[in-house]
Amino acid sequence: MLAGMDSFQATIEADGRIEPRDAMPEGYRKTLIRQIAQHAHSEIIGMQPEGNWISRAPSLRRKAILMAKVQDEAGHGLYLYAAAETLGVDRADLLDLLHSGKQKYSSIFNYPTLTWADIGAIGWLVDGAAIVNQVPLCRCSYGPYARAMVRVCKEESFHQRQGFEILHTLCNGTEAQKAMAQDALNRWWWPSLMMFGPPDASSTHSEQSMAWGIKRHSNDELRQRFVDMTVPQADVLGIRVPDEGLTCDEETGHYSFTEPDFTELYEVVKGNGPCNQQRLAHRVKAHEDGAWVREAAAAYAEKQAAKAQGSAA
Amino acid sequence: MIEPLWEVFIRSRRGLSHVHVGSLHAPDATMALRNARDVYTRRQEGVSIWVVPATDITASSPDEKDEFFDPAGDKVYRHPTFYQVPEGVDHL
Repeated sequence: MLAGMDSFQATIEADGRIEPRDAMPEGYRKTLIRQIAQHAHSEIIGMQPEGNWISRAPSLRRKAILMAKVQDEAGHGLYLYAAAETLGVDRADLLDLLHSGKQKYSSIFNYPTLTWADIGAIGWLVDGAAIVNQVPLCRCSYGPYARAMVRVCKEESFHQRQGFEILHTLCNGTEAQKAMAQDALNRWWWPSLMMFGPPDASSTHSEQSMAWGIKRHSNDELRQRFVDMTVPQADVLGIRVPDEGLTCDEETGHYSFTEPDFTELYEVVKGNGPCNQQRLAHRVKAHEDGAWVREAAAAYAEKQAAKAQGSAA
Repeated sequence: MIEPLWEVFIRSRRGLSHVHVGSLHAPDATMALRNARDVYTRRQEGVSIWVVPATDITASSPDEKDEFFDPAGDKVYRHPTFYQVPEGVDHL
């Protein structure tokens, strides 16, 4: 019979799943809390660049779709906060850590959405990259995180398709519309490649996360997968990936591409991206502006509970 | 002010059991049901929802799972595959 950490190790080695009340190393718990919280924060901060275009969507159909997508992002955040809470933290505390800047969210959401084509580019590239990152997480060793990822991945594929459809429509429109799509690709390509994190050689958490079955593929492997998947899609759209060094190896079918400038990633992580302050300030304001709703709901619940107790007595 | 945690169970269609799908915070049961609808059934994933205060669930402990489930471990005769059926006997 294996108990405690021996049982944990045996489960990991057998590619089994760890569940909330199982014994686990403190480092495993901390790594997961950090990663799941950061993932959850990314989902809810990610509502902002897209929410920015709800009132200006070019048709009622596009508006309804975009609202559904932004609602999904909120839902994904909630699945993930729930998964994090199974590790013994409280959602309210995680939000405090986000608001005080002590926990991060994905740097991609610190870039602005300047035109309608950016909404297409986010769905196609940002959600596309997220899918490449998240599909392996469906097999993550921590059960609640893996299950949340299964739900998220099912919903993301709608997100990616709607983004591609927006760009496909623009690319088959006027010259100006096609130029708008090209401009969006130019601006979102490099930040999307950076979504996979630093190169393997300088990735700080990767090795231990792989050993624990939290992470299944290296950053560079996933980045390669994304490029291989996306470049032919750009060809269908008829717009060009902004990389002069991009070539396809006919034998392997893999593209070689220019590595993004990671100093930009580190700068954005540090808080020096185009929208860091705006995103966080908006998030804090939304939380504070919503306080009266939470208070009213709690007061109502208390009143109803008191009434029920009164009539029972 | 900390809103209570509710565990959410969903019946995906008639004829199937409710299955645990996750949890959420809500001040009371009515709000928990509405939130569960918005969070867990945006694509018609359910025809019925249960919400249960997380504190009302009593669970077996993973630390004692071996002892706890031991009694069933040595009773292979509870499975039909334990028995030898002679050649030529059908519908058994």
